[in-house]
Amino acid sequence: MNSRRPAFRHPDLPKNDLGYTRRDYEGGDSTLCAGCGHDSITNGIIQACFELSIEPHRVAKLSGIGCSSKTPAYFLNKSHGFNTVHGRMPAIATGANMANRDLLYIGVSGDGDTASIGMGQFVHVARRNLNMVYIVMNNGCYGLTKGQDSATADKGSSSRKGRPNPFEAIDLCEMAVQLGAGFVARGFSGDKEQLVPLLKAAILHKGFALVDVISPCVTFNNTETSTKSYHWVRDHMEASGTFDFIPERQEITARYEEGATQSVALHDGTVIHLHKSDNAFDVTQRRAAINALEDHREKGQILTGILHINETLQDTHDILETTDKPLNALTQEELCPGNQTLQQIFETYR
Amino acid sequence: MNPTDLNDPEYFHRVIDCQFACPAHTPVPEYIRLIAEKKYAEAYMINWESNVFPGILGRVCDRPCEPACRRGRVEDKAVAICRLKRVCADNKGDVTHLLPGPSREKNGKRIALIGGGPASLTVARDLLPLGYSVDLYDDQIEAGGFVRSQVPSFRLPKKVLDEEVNIILNMGVVTHLNTYISSMKAFLTKGYDAVFVGTGAPRGRDLDLPGRQDAKAFVHIGIEWLAGVQYGHTQKTGKTTLVIGGGNTAMDCCRTARRLGGDNVKIIIRGARENMKASPWEIEDAIREDIPILEHLSPGEFVMAGDRLKGVTFQRMQGGKTDPETVFIPCDEVLLAVGQQNAFPWIEKDSGLTFDDKGRPRVDETTFQSDLDHVFFGGDAAFGPKNVITAVAHGHEAALSIDLFCNGKDLKKRPGPLTLLAGQKMGPRDWMYHSQVSDEVRQKVPMVSKVKSIKDRLMEVELGFNPKIGFKEALRCLNCDIQTVFTVDECIECDACVDVCPTTCINFIKNADEGDLRSRLLVPAKNNSQPLYVSDLLPTGRVMVKDEDLCLHCGLCAERCPTAAWDMQKYNYNPAKAGQK
Repeated sequence: MNSRRPAFRHPDLPKNDLGYTRRDYEGGDSTLCAGCGHDSITNGIIQACFELSIEPHRVAKLSGIGCSSKTPAYFLNKSHGFNTVHGRMPAIATGANMANRDLLYIGVSGDGDTASIGMGQFVHVARRNLNMVYIVMNNGCYGLTKGQDSATADKGSSSRKGRPNPFEAIDLCEMAVQLGAGFVARGFSGDKEQLVPLLKAAILHKGFALVDVISPCVTFNNTETSTKSYHWVRDHMEASGTFDFIPERQEITARYEEGATQSVALHDGTVIHLHKSDNAFDVTQRRAAINALEDHREKGQILTGILHINETLQDTHDILETTDKPLNALTQEELCPGNQTLQQIFETYR
Repeated sequence: MNPTDLNDPEYFHRVIDCQFACPAHTPVPEYIRLIAEKKYAEAYMINWESNVFPGILGRVCDRPCEPACRRGRVEDKAVAICRLKRVCADNKGDVTHLLPGPSREKNGKRIALIGGGPASLTVARDLLPLGYSVDLYDDQIEAGGFVRSQVPSFRLPKKVLDEEVNIILNMGVVTHLNTYISSMKAFLTKGYDAVFVGTGAPRGRDLDLPGRQDAKAFVHIGIEWLAGVQYGHTQKTGKTTLVIGGGNTAMDCCRTARRLGGDNVKIIIRGARENMKASPWEIEDAIREDIPILEHLSPGEFVMAGDRLKGVTFQRMQGGKTDPETVFIPCDEVLLAVGQQNAFPWIEKDSGLTFDDKGRPRVDETTFQSDLDHVFFGGDAAFGPKNVITAVAHGHEAALSIDLFCNGKDLKKRPGPLTLLAGQKMGPRDWMYHSQVSDEVRQKVPMVSKVKSIKDRLMEVELGFNPKIGFKEALRCLNCDIQTVFTVDECIECDACVDVCPTTCINFIKNADEGDLRSRLLVPAKNNSQPLYVSDLLPTGRVMVKDEDLCLHCGLCAERCPTAAWDMQKYNYNPAKAGQK
């Protein structure tokens, strides 16, 4: 029996600005089924963090319960991590974020963990616009309990069990747009060329960033009749467009055709140039995004890419007017300024 | 690029770096696996079939396999293939029951072998089981050739040599030892169906410098001197001995001199140390025995003081040019190891053979046939001095040619290699080979202490790996003969193999010409000596491209593949041998 990954890596692995290779962002060996889409997303996260030269010790990975929620063990093993209670990842993420606003929070959840047991948590973390990346590894089934249909399974889609799903599906992206999330995107585990830039944009976005990734379950839900299988998604996906990143310090040299390109400046100064596809819409408008999602749903298509982006929103810390300095870094003097300060405050009320 | 043609027997052969680099194409990973299973006799027999002298080569091989070993590209040190070969020879036990006996039925054809070295013995080994009668002629009292007369016993004990030479002689060779053939023309009248000449490159180069004649009692040709030591004619050397030359013979000379009373032995080379011809490990062994290497010195004159040698003058070399500065190095004795040449004083000009200006016969590079269609050459006698394993490879090819020739067949229409691709799957994540990659570093070989070994020229310096170290070293082998075979129709492009591959070999990209593909891989494929494995078109319009260069053959791509589009299959490659249909 063998599944231990050898320690050797390619000696010519490229290095990022920190001098790290991809290897420095890896985690343990996956114990998921062979061919699981989740492993591809895991590698997409590794690649995105590597390309953005993120310091692993500045990241906190959080997850709930499920196949998806095992994956933080498989990436960034030099980062902080919290495998929480089923569906309760957003609460822990909120608490952690309140204590230390300086870390990058990557939450990983599944369709069950988010759209069923965790729905109450999901909607509130979205509407509070907590500064985090929320990745849903969405396979439309409960893989860990032998493949029952989940709340994101499309109506009429049938898994290996063969019975078409009789219920309406929850579209997490459409919900998140409606709840006021600042960044909403959809990707496909089988298309890293699109997925990695989506994850990078989500990481750079300040505020709540949802990336819903369709991730086929090869064991239970990769049948001809499933709308979350590799071949069905490949046949029915349509991208809202492609996009380029222009990091802050880099001069803009490319010229884009008028009207076909939309530029969005991110919080850190990076500019995203979106190259829209033919029947494109304005991704900065909530209404347009929801219309586009509905249009594609009616046509039986899956709309992917950046679906909505709004860089003008305030995140939870802004809304609550918390201190700029992370709470966990405040000293005792700052937290308990003493009797003199208290007296001064009292004075203001006299 | 066009999809890789797996029907080409050379494609996967090329991936097995060690086997591909070995002149005799020994299936190295196959016998290394058997060593790890403690099946030493089986491992020995695989070697014996392929390279005929596992015990000898396990000690003195030039090891073309080791610089080729993939492990040397993945980390810095190759698998100690040569020493593992010795492990199976040392631990094989009695293998007589596994060896082919003399053929019961003779086919009536008579073959003569001139020279009793590795090439000739290989021809005998290959032809005897087919029913040929084989006569071997050698001017020494025992067969073995160069490995007997020039390789010092502290590297190759006589016992090991005798055992492996005798295996072949006992298969039914009729030996004519102590017999010098002085005339080819006369020899050809004996009416042999075929004659194989494996007389080596027996003449050591001399240095015709001022003082050479006067100093002749103190200046010796290296290979002649080594033979003198081997046969016991030479038992002492001067306290201060200079060895001129930088090849493996020079290393043997200086280390032998240390054992014959040479307290102060130096190697002198014209060029730089990094350009020395000697194998790195032989240089290491010489340095370990306190033998310094003096670089950039070109010999000028042998200086006598009365009737004794006083020393040698050298000209310092700078950037390939001689510097006017003269260096005098005092010494009592000089050994010249500056190259070997072919010499065929016994072959008459009008014998029907043609020779080039280096004194080498005209021999076909594939068939080893000379201008006389029933006379074949092999080993150093054919294309100049090389090494034992090359001589063995020549012997196999020449035997095949002789067999074709004696059966009236076209020598150019040679049978192809025997190949087999066999699945290795036992169950999920379970293979017939040890797929886990060992993190062990190259094991050090135990040696006899310097003080002890310098005192006795017959004591073998390397003790060899014991079974325990051998096991550790065997597990370092990456099993490059277990191939990753890709079935394009099964692939669902889930990327699992791309994600799991530790060395980033696998890519799914748009097809292009080879140069473009190599530059666009996840890690560009810069090692052009290693092939790209390219699939047919996939449903997304891409192709699978695998850079074979750093594949660890760990099997993870196949383990993580949900549809078994990847499979691990063992590739056996056996070059055609005499008698193959």
